[in-house]
Amino acid sequence: MKYIEPHAHMVSRTTDDYEKLALAGCAAICEPAFWAGFDRSSPAGFYDYYRQLTDYEPKRAAKYGIPHFCWLCINPKEAEDAGFAREVMAIIPEFLDKPTVLGIGEIGLNKNTRSELAIFEEHVQLALDRDLPILIHTPHLEDKLKGTKLILDSLASFSKLDRGKVIIDHVEEHTVGIVQDQGYWAGLTLYPESKCTPNRAIDILETCDRSRLWLNSACDWGVSDPLAVVKCGLEMKRRQHDAAWIEDVLFENPKRFLSQSPNFKLP
Amino acid sequence: MPSKKDILDLHFMDARYKLLDIAAFLDRLERHPGETDFRFDGLKKALPILLSDQPGRAKAVLDALSDHSTEPAEKATFQGAFGAPQA
Repeated sequence: MKYIEPHAHMVSRTTDDYEKLALAGCAAICEPAFWAGFDRSSPAGFYDYYRQLTDYEPKRAAKYGIPHFCWLCINPKEAEDAGFAREVMAIIPEFLDKPTVLGIGEIGLNKNTRSELAIFEEHVQLALDRDLPILIHTPHLEDKLKGTKLILDSLASFSKLDRGKVIIDHVEEHTVGIVQDQGYWAGLTLYPESKCTPNRAIDILETCDRSRLWLNSACDWGVSDPLAVVKCGLEMKRRQHDAAWIEDVLFENPKRFLSQSPNFKLP
Repeated sequence: MPSKKDILDLHFMDARYKLLDIAAFLDRLERHPGETDFRFDGLKKALPILLSDQPGRAKAVLDALSDHSTEPAEKATFQGAFGAPQA
């Protein structure tokens, strides 16, 4: 099954996972910068993380014939200390011209704090200054609805923002509508316990504007499944969706959004 | 488009299994000592939504388990989330 994994944290995965993704038909992997499961103690820790994302992971993926792209930022979980976050943000421009960088992400909110919101807005401005797409993380569980609304209110203050170049990820049934109604793309994340199951994701695809939705696994250091997207494709078949419908969702949609980044090129 | 029977054939057993697991969880909680907290309150608030005859039950459950305050928090006191609002 040909598909794109538009959101995976491969730095936390084994090389065996790259092999599984290649065997499953994965045509490209995109890796947003995020939390590593622990707080890094210095900006230098992020410098090495960005080196890993822009240099090491593309080489590791290439051994299995999969193009690897990334998004850069300091994630909201580590943005509570705004001074620290700004030190890290000062490093980012050095990496933005690397050939596999797609844009700014995954920025957003975690506990919906004023500091997180300030750093989020500084990232949005950086993306606007560079004319880059934006990938946005929305908070978990009980914090998601409030965080999504705060993010949408904040984005509305950027008058020059092209909403078609912004994807708001980890939507669920209570947030997909408000995201799409304002002209943004939305991401559905197939993640055990805290996000969507495959069948809930398909329900959303069947009832919302699926032309501006993508599916991802967000596989990372936690309990997660790097093959979640392709397994959801199998579930779509069981629910009698045809091959063209499935390819639209799993391949054409992410390709269309990601192609807005000049660095996204498939062989 | 699959019929209702097709959907039942595909998903009834899975739904039955999950329903029993919730029932067993409620029994388990009841027979153990101590007090419940806001998470159980949130679950109890959400459970009747399942019996609604209106569509949008998943959204309504998520709404019931969400923080509906509107102002940004002054500070993050921890990084995680509980699955139900504390207020």
